[in-house]
Formats: sequence, structure tokens, C-alpha cells
Amino acid sequence: MKFSRRRSPIVATTLLFGALVAVGGVYAVATSVQPANAAVSAGSETQVEQGRRLYLEGCSSCHGMAAQGSQNGPTLIGVGAAAVDFQVGTGRMPMGAPGAQAPVVWPPRYDDNQVSAMAAYVSSLAPGPAIPIAEQYDYAHADEARGGELFRINCSQCHQAAGQGGALTQGKYAPSLMGAEPKQIYEAMITGPQSMPVFSDAQIPTENKKEIIAYVTALQEDPSPGGLSLGKLGPVTEAAFLATAVVAVLITMAVWIGIKAR
Amino acid sequence: MSDLTQHTNAHDSGHGHEVEPARLGHSPVADIPHRPRATDTDPRMARRAERQVAAMFVLSMVFVVLFVVAYIAIDKTAVVYIPVLGEVGYSQVALGFTLGAAVFLIGAGAIQWAKKLMPDVEVVQERHDMVSPKDDSKLAAANYERGKEESGFARYTIIRRTLLGAMALFPIPLIVLLKDLWVPGPLQQGKSPAEILSTTLWRKGTRIVSDGTYMPVKATDLPVGGLVSAVPEDLREVEELDGNLNARGKAAIILVRMQPDQIRSQQGEGWDYQGILAYSKICTHVGCPIALYEQRTHHLLCPCHQSTFDLADAGNVVFGPAARNMPQLPIGVDEEGFLVALSDFKQPIGPSFWERA
Repeated sequence: MKFSRRRSPIVATTLLFGALVAVGGVYAVATSVQPANAAVSAGSETQVEQGRRLYLEGCSSCHGMAAQGSQNGPTLIGVGAAAVDFQVGTGRMPMGAPGAQAPVVWPPRYDDNQVSAMAAYVSSLAPGPAIPIAEQYDYAHADEARGGELFRINCSQCHQAAGQGGALTQGKYAPSLMGAEPKQIYEAMITGPQSMPVFSDAQIPTENKKEIIAYVTALQEDPSPGGLSLGKLGPVTEAAFLATAVVAVLITMAVWIGIKAR
Repeated sequence: MSDLTQHTNAHDSGHGHEVEPARLGHSPVADIPHRPRATDTDPRMARRAERQVAAMFVLSMVFVVLFVVAYIAIDKTAVVYIPVLGEVGYSQVALGFTLGAAVFLIGAGAIQWAKKLMPDVEVVQERHDMVSPKDDSKLAAANYERGKEESGFARYTIIRRTLLGAMALFPIPLIVLLKDLWVPGPLQQGKSPAEILSTTLWRKGTRIVSDGTYMPVKATDLPVGGLVSAVPEDLREVEELDGNLNARGKAAIILVRMQPDQIRSQQGEGWDYQGILAYSKICTHVGCPIALYEQRTHHLLCPCHQSTFDLADAGNVVFGPAARNMPQLPIGVDEEGFLVALSDFKQPIGPSFWERA
């Protein structure tokens, strides 16, 4: 009784908040240390061995001790180096928490050397799509208008005509392509990550893939001449903007007109 | 305007209201006291409001000048970064802002003028009843009765009945003409609309070509998990003859490949080719083109109304408003290993129509 009278509720709230911050901070520091010391002993072992070690530490709990897959994750036998480079290089893997879809996490957990090592290990299990070389996704001379046509036929149904992404079923979604790099776009097409189908080089030849990359890059660089792009989603967001923001302004104006002057 | 009764302001009335100053200039209808505005009582405030209104009109003029300057001076293709808006066309945004501000300031000035300086008195406007005067209604009813009597509409039974018959039959030509909304292409002459809707370009041996590139699809080139939007090889020539997209609208398909043991059922025995399945791309609900294929679940999702089809299970509907499964196209390969159709679709594709069996 004595204490409760002396201490104001602000003190208790502050103490609780401080404790929460402290616990969260310690947890964040403790969990972020792990990948840093994993790379230390890379000098003496081969790349595949290093990759295997990193795989066992970071991936095997879901993908299995021999990459055979489990209830929590698909097999990685035959997915190829490109799939590892895409999934780990963009921070999608390792997944932070179970969910409908692995989101992009930036910065990724592993550095470039570690990603290469894991890619080397996974591609040593069975042949699969290799990491594309720079020449394959060099879109400098590609026809972006033709890329736009191919994009609308093959990609826009999920990623939306302006590459803004869209919803799939049960919480899954096609991500926005606004941050995607040329290599990542190429890798996604040849590996078909998560829900995405595969668009192999035999179906869409390298030349056409360059055109698609040129189009996506053009979309990324495209300014919005008329002002707010509103997500480039077309009439739905525009109508929503009109119905909320613009109507709110009109109502404010109407109230101002109607209110009696003092 | 003789109906208007003016109720004067507190400060310029002044006959016998000294007893209760708070109720001076009372509104005759609502029990709200009239409060004079600051601009009514304080000449300095009135002058201030006058300056405000004038300032808005002057600003409007300034914006008009700025609009002209922006139109002449700013490069039409220039891009500028504006916080919140992002990268926007300099010219368009400048023109829009200056013109909008000029118009807005004229309006805002006019409203400020009306609110602060124009007379601020409550008035009552008398109105008539909405109902017509009794005499007028009686006259109208009498006119109607006289017309009925003089025309003999009640008397000439046969005229009345034939007139009703003629009016009833008149819309028939309009309904018959609806048939001409469907103009058969040069290759569909003599076919009924139902036949045209029920058949597509696919025939036995038609090669399946990738949409956009029009390259034939080799069975061995399509990986498991792969997806191809495809059309018949002769589509381009037919489209040129037809001059429209009807043939494409009916023949568009998607090819998907899964492990053969993942296919639980199909619409016909052996309609796949080594795990490659061909399904119509046109939703059976209202005909949206769909290719949102989730390769892990084998679900095909329509973006329009979320109808979901399981391509591993004969294209059956697993969710959404579609009433029928997605029509499957039986496929095989030719001697060169390219995918071909084995026949046309065995059921009409796309949304339901009148004569659909």
C-alpha cells in the first residue's frame, strides 16, 4: 500500500518499456552474431565443403540433412546454383518464420562468398540451372517494347502490367519487381522460385529474357509524369483516392462554405 | 421577391428591443439568436477582410502569369523530384498546380467576400404547396375523360385490341437483329453462333506455338513447373483474315508441366503428354484470360473473381464462382517432337451461353 501510493504509474510503464527494449536488443544482437562467425574458417576447406557446412547449419532443419526435403521445405536436389543464389542472395532464405511465402529480407543473412559456397554445394548434388553470367542478362541492346509484349503475355498476370506485384491464393503473392536486379530476374525465370512457374531458356530464349529484363528495368526507371502514381494499379486505386482524399477535401470545402462567419 | 421578409440586423434595428439585447434580430423560424460578425461591428476587420479577398484575386492573377511562364519556360520532358510525389514530370505538375491554384483562388476569394462582407441577414421565403390547385386537377381529369369518350377507345373493341397487338409485336425486329451482333468471320460463314462459340482453331495435328514468339514448343524443352501461354500455329493468318481477336479469344491455352505421378485425374485418358497438360486460358465464369498458375499447388487462379482451378485434378473448380471445370485440350507430339493438339476441345470453352449443351 505504501509503495503503490508513492510510485506513479508512469514509473511502472517506463520500467516495463525499458525491460522490453533491453530483452529485444539482447535477442537481436545474439541472433545477428551467428552468420558472422560462420565464415571464419573458410580458408582451409573447399567451397563445396564450406557450402555443405553452411547448409547443415542454416538450411538442413527444413530442407533435410541431405537436401532431400521435409514437411517444412522442398528438396533442393536439382534446383541448381541459380535457385540458391536467388533465394539466399535476396534474403528470402533462410526463412525467418513459417508462413505462406518467404519475404525479401534486406540485408541478406549471408554474404556473397557464403552464398557462392552454398550454391556450389547444392549444384554438386545434382545438375540444375547455373547462375547466369553477366552476358546473359546484359540488356543494353535489347528491345524493351518487345520485352513489354512478352512481359504482358507471360508475367503480367501475376506481377501486374507495370511490375507492381499482386495477390495469389491463401496469403501468397507475386512480389513487386521494382527492386529486382537483372540477374535476379533472370534467375527467377529459370528457377521458378516458390509459386512462380519456370520459364526455361528453351521456352523463352536468352534474347527474349534480355528484352523482358530491359522492360522491367525501364519500368523501374520510369518516372510518374502526372504526379502521384498511386501504385500504378490503374482505375481501382485512382477511384479509391478520389473517394477518400479528394472527397475529404471537397467536404472540407463545403463545410467551410457553409459555416457561418464570425 | 415580394415574399421575402427581411429580418434586420441587431445594430440597425432598434425599436424597443433594449429590454433583452441578447434576443435582438431573432430568426423568425428557428430559435437562434443573430450574432453580428466581427466585420459588421468593427470597420478595421471589414477592411482586413476586403484586403484578404483582394489578395486572393491578385494571387490568382499571379498564378495565371506563372502558368504562362511555366508553359513557355519548362521543358516538356523534364523530370523533377518532389517529396511525397516522387519523380514527376516538371511541366505537367507545374501547369496543373498553377492553373488549379488560379481557379481555386477566384472561388475562395468569392466565398470569403460573401461570408465576410456581403449582407448577413436571415430571410424567410414563402412557398406554395406542391399540390396543384383543386380546379386544375378537376380540369385535367375532365380532359382525360373527354378524350377517352371522343376517341372511342372503350367503344371500338377491335381497334383497341389490334393496337395492343401491334405494340406488343413491335419489339420483335429488334430482338431478331441481335443475331447480327455476331458477325461470322470469313472462315465461319454458314455456321450458327452456337457452332462458332463451340469450336476453336484447334484440330488434330495443329502445332502448339508459344504466344508472342510464335515458336513451336518442343516437349523436351518444357521443364517440370514450367508454364507456357500458347496459341495454334495458324492463329496469325486467321486473325488477319478475321480482322478481330475472336479466334485468339477462343483458342488461347496454357501449357503446364508437372511430374506425371502428381496428375490425379484428367478430362480424358492420356490427354497429357508425359506430364504436360494443356488447358484453356479462358475462365469458365465470365471469360477472363487466366494464367496465374501456382506451380507448387498446381492451382490456376482467375484474377477477376478468384475462381481457382486445380490443374492436377482435371481442372476442377476448387474455389470461386466458376460453375464448370477448365476445358482440357488433348495433346501429343509430332514426329519432330513438337507439341500438337490431338483434336479440338471436347466442350465449349469460356463462359456459358444460351445454346450451350
